[in-house]
Amino acid sequence: MGNYYQKDIECAEREVIRDIQSRRLAEQVRHVWENVKPYRIKMEEAGITPEDIKSVDDLSKLPFTEKSFLRDNYPDGLLAVPTKDCVRIHSTSGTTGKRVIAYYTQDDIDLWEDCCARAIVAAGGTDEDVCQVAYGYGLFTGGAGLNGGSHKVGCLTIPASSGNTQRQIMFIRDLKATILCCTPSYAAYLGESMKEMGLGPDDIPLKAGIFGAEAWSEEMRHDIEQTLGIKAYDIYGLTELSGPGVAFECEEQNGMHINEDHFITEIIDPDTGEVLPEGEKGELVFTSISKKAFPLIRYRTRDICVLSREKCSCGRTHVRMTKPLGRTDDMLIIRGVNVFPTQIETVLINNGYAANYQIIVDRENNTDTLDVHVEMTPDIFTDNLGEITHMQKELSDELHSMLGIKAAVTLVAPKSIIRSEGKAVRIIDNRKL
Amino acid sequence: MSIMQISVFLENKSGSLANLTSVLAENNVNIQAMNVAETSEFGIVRMIVEEVYSAANILKEEGYVCKLTPVVAITIGDRPGSLNNAINILNNAGMDVDYLYAFLGGRAMDTAHIILKVADNSAAEAALRSKGVELLTQEDAGEL
Repeated sequence: MGNYYQKDIECAEREVIRDIQSRRLAEQVRHVWENVKPYRIKMEEAGITPEDIKSVDDLSKLPFTEKSFLRDNYPDGLLAVPTKDCVRIHSTSGTTGKRVIAYYTQDDIDLWEDCCARAIVAAGGTDEDVCQVAYGYGLFTGGAGLNGGSHKVGCLTIPASSGNTQRQIMFIRDLKATILCCTPSYAAYLGESMKEMGLGPDDIPLKAGIFGAEAWSEEMRHDIEQTLGIKAYDIYGLTELSGPGVAFECEEQNGMHINEDHFITEIIDPDTGEVLPEGEKGELVFTSISKKAFPLIRYRTRDICVLSREKCSCGRTHVRMTKPLGRTDDMLIIRGVNVFPTQIETVLINNGYAANYQIIVDRENNTDTLDVHVEMTPDIFTDNLGEITHMQKELSDELHSMLGIKAAVTLVAPKSIIRSEGKAVRIIDNRKL
Repeated sequence: MSIMQISVFLENKSGSLANLTSVLAENNVNIQAMNVAETSEFGIVRMIVEEVYSAANILKEEGYVCKLTPVVAITIGDRPGSLNNAINILNNAGMDVDYLYAFLGGRAMDTAHIILKVADNSAAEAALRSKGVELLTQEDAGEL
């Protein structure tokens, strides 16, 4: 048994959670019906009115919400309260098209920060702790979410934001940080940098890390735990749903507890949309039942995972989700950034290259690498080596500005990219996630 | 006046040069001069061959990406200072050399040949000719 931030709800009986969910769901559906026209049109098209939604059993009557629906209603088409009631926005990176703007009322911020506080307490955090938040601050939800959670727990919060590795290590040592929050790849990078500086786990006071925003394996967890001398906890979230803290790991490190008093979870068959029984692998779907400014009804995350309601020895009763096991689309998460092959294709075509390419993702020293192989064509070939390397550099820069992460470009021989049944194999992911 | 060079893209990996030379050998392509420029990932093979157009077709059919580029070819004496003389003519005329490669005289003893890539072939040729440097034609190259 561990510590809890909000024990009453985190360890509530299943029936209690169910009652809360049913009540909040009915309220939320009425709220969007009355205040968000695009949702209302969708429900009318499906022949549903708020009267039809009385409990969680009625959830599957509601139509799904796709990411494209959020983009189509950019920037505030899905805003469910007047802007005067909103206190903040965050935003997705918008690399695949229009950004999604997530609005928050003060209550929305509070409940989000509560979720993050639950994660910090589950990782052993108390008001005695010093919590260094090395997620990016700004439009990205990572920094703000954990920062708020850390305040709620009463930790001394170091808003270090991302980057500046030497300074991160200096703060960890000088300010005696005990909890580190960042992406797992950055945690691994900090570990590597410490090694280079001749520092070991005993030279730093860290005891726990809360790492999320990208996929990581058990091997990586083990590595990070060894190099930093900590226990490493996973955290899950989406900007669309608030940010990190939708689900978090407890000391059992065996799946992430979803904060079910705020988010109802379903697993569906991505092809048919049919709700699957517990324990089956499928697409994760969330309904946010507490947030008022930007509610989502049956939002399809495209993340594939498995849910478990088996009793957890930590005492929490909320359902657990596995780490995402994959995606229903071809999205890759590289260094915490969402990358779609179509974005790379667009850059190639816009720069006069043929769309014969292959994306090779690997992980070197626990940092993701992205290498785009492009087939040489007569149109771009020249006898001048300097011109070709210059083109390579330009393409690499264009990819960087489109994707937001660095990409190497390798020019390969024509027709050398493997094609199976005539179709090029576009993605080779050598990371063992 | 300038002569045609054929350049071929190769990946810098084991066996790729051997594949190219096999294709050339099987098709009886006679190579008169050759140069390889490489990075760690890829290389450009530049060649002067007999029957340059048919060689280009053969390589395209074999799936190579290649390109024909007019280059300047000169004949100089096989002795110290003669290359210096030719390069200085271009330098004094304000012309930069993108790349060059050299080969010994073939059938003509005591000479060497230089293949030069510059921005403006005609201007370079005029400058060289006015200082008495001997230029090679495609036909000359074929007879080397």
